[in-house]
Amino acid sequence: EKMTVRDALNAAMDEEMEKDDKVFIIGEEVGQYQGAYKVTRGLFDKYGPKRVRDAPITEMGFTGIGVGAAFAGLKPIVEFMTWNFSMQAIDQIINSAAKSYYMSSGQVTSPMVFRGPNGVSAGVAAQHSQCFASWYGHCPGVITVTPYDSEDAKGLLKASIRDPNPVVFLESELVYGTEYEMSEEAMKDDFVLPLGKAKVQKEGEDVTIVTFSRMVDVALAAAETLKAEDGINVEVINLRTIRPLDAETVIQSVKKTNRLVTLEEGWPQYGVGAEIAAVVMESDAFDYLDAPIERVSGADIPMPYATSLEQAAIPQPHNVVNAVRRSTFRK
Amino acid sequence: YAKKAQKADTYTFQVIKPHVTYLLEDHPPIPLEVEVSKDDALFYLRRLLTMRRMEMEADQLYKKKLIRGFCHLYIGQEAVATGMAAALNLDDHIITAYRCHGWQMVKGDSVKAIIAELMGREAGSSNGKGGSMHIYKPENNFYGGNGIVGAQVPLGAGLAFQAQYEGTGQIAVALYGDGAANQGQIFEAYNMAGLWKLPIAFVCENNHYGMGTSIQRASAETQFYKRGQYIPGIQFDGMDVIAVQAATQYAADYIRAGNGPLVMEANTYRYVGHSMSDPGNSYRSREEVDNIRKSMDCIELMKSRILEAKFATEDEIKSMEKEVRKDVTAQVKEALASPEPKVSEYMFQETVINNTEALRGTEQWHNGWKP
Repeated sequence: EKMTVRDALNAAMDEEMEKDDKVFIIGEEVGQYQGAYKVTRGLFDKYGPKRVRDAPITEMGFTGIGVGAAFAGLKPIVEFMTWNFSMQAIDQIINSAAKSYYMSSGQVTSPMVFRGPNGVSAGVAAQHSQCFASWYGHCPGVITVTPYDSEDAKGLLKASIRDPNPVVFLESELVYGTEYEMSEEAMKDDFVLPLGKAKVQKEGEDVTIVTFSRMVDVALAAAETLKAEDGINVEVINLRTIRPLDAETVIQSVKKTNRLVTLEEGWPQYGVGAEIAAVVMESDAFDYLDAPIERVSGADIPMPYATSLEQAAIPQPHNVVNAVRRSTFRK
Repeated sequence: YAKKAQKADTYTFQVIKPHVTYLLEDHPPIPLEVEVSKDDALFYLRRLLTMRRMEMEADQLYKKKLIRGFCHLYIGQEAVATGMAAALNLDDHIITAYRCHGWQMVKGDSVKAIIAELMGREAGSSNGKGGSMHIYKPENNFYGGNGIVGAQVPLGAGLAFQAQYEGTGQIAVALYGDGAANQGQIFEAYNMAGLWKLPIAFVCENNHYGMGTSIQRASAETQFYKRGQYIPGIQFDGMDVIAVQAATQYAADYIRAGNGPLVMEANTYRYVGHSMSDPGNSYRSREEVDNIRKSMDCIELMKSRILEAKFATEDEIKSMEKEVRKDVTAQVKEALASPEPKVSEYMFQETVINNTEALRGTEQWHNGWKP
């Protein structure tokens, strides 16, 4: 059975709200408007304004309200219309939600989810098109989750809502409408995926590509080309969670393939790829490397508007193909 | 918290400086007479004395370099925490900024645990992980102790959101200073609290200086109780426990009745600098401080009230002071006996619940924990 990522996210929230009265959604246009991207469609009609709370355009304020409600035991889902707007509220996410558990020596908890579309979008230019994975992944105290397909979206969001920690849940607007296969198991209302565990999205033995979110699609497209044109069989690892990072799965794969390419939409400097490369350097997998690690990332510029420039700023399958070829000394 | 005592030993105190209200014309006036039992009155005095003694000890410990970093003392403002706690329920939510030691005390923590936390000791309220600005008593719904000026106010609105959502009957109190009163997120919180009628008192502890900037130099409108615009407000004498109690009781009743939020302004004063690194004399005159200390001190006022009510004699008050001093000294001694936290895996714990990450950072922990 197929399902869009949007519907999978919607089902995850619906099922968890049904199960637990403490779960509520707060954000801009989440209710009457049915969600700026329709991810919360139908929930207002089903659960009413108490549990699907339309907030005024005040990110810092409603994020703080969410964190405070979590301190007191509720399980808020704070929706950002896009993660770009979370910068208005990043103090509440990091200083209030992420650090209170530590500062209080385990007394104050923030069981909540911050979610919304993240990463590159289409034709919306620099202020609305940016990946926050490395921003939030940098900080101890928050779990950072990056789902790829519909199964990921449903299983990881349900796990995030149930998790006792603050979870930053980074969706990709560009795949909201994409249909992916859902297993029979994933269609059930008790389907959850573990946080902190990567998925080997495609097995292979020649090169490891480590990526997350929508870039898994790009990696898989590159894999097809590489198979067809070069006979290279790549392994694609879908990280699913940026923090805690499943280093073990990456290390095992690198030991098998001896080659590593990282792929992300975000900027290269201090990015997720940089961290993966460092983790491999610091592990015994370093001894297994037969080629330098290649990083593919978004261009190191604010996102340009024009189609031609935007395309060139976002990793495309051919960029990945080239990186894999360099890694295997085919180019 | 004030225990409900027998009727027999009570006295009706007069509020000296009348409360000022905003948008409350349709509501009954705030009583200027407060009936207080002997037990309660003596309890208030003991608490004021304990709070001040604790802060004076902290001052000394800081000067001996036993307390590090930032340390913001509550000396001068003790009547606000004491009087508000007297009128609230123990399970009402409270959150404040960094001048939090007194609030931690009224929410049930000991001098020993607070002082130990200030010194970064194992016996501290946060086991040495938080320090002066990060102390909590969540079992009595006190959520810190917050170091980011203004951020605690939306958090407080969130606490009120929970009370309303679950219909618990609790109210929330979010405290902030006159400096924080200009933070944008406070107005965001006002807006949502007003819109959704959240059960919250936004309480500005106006001590007249945000660090070294006087309210006149920072605020276009210095009547902070009016700054909720569409939210009613109360200004009260923050140097008088009885006035604070009266205003808070009124506010708590008003909010619990479902009327929505209130903005409250406690007119108070800190005798000491903003923090330990501020001598507190470059932006205000010594005369100003001395004058307020002499004429408005909350402890002296409470003492005179107890004498007026004949709840205690001067000798009895003196012996209470001695007891308090002895008790605080003993607790400080206990705090001093507590060791600093051992450098161990414990340092890495409590970042997240059920942590699965490798323990990383600094040389010895480069690849997982090595003792």
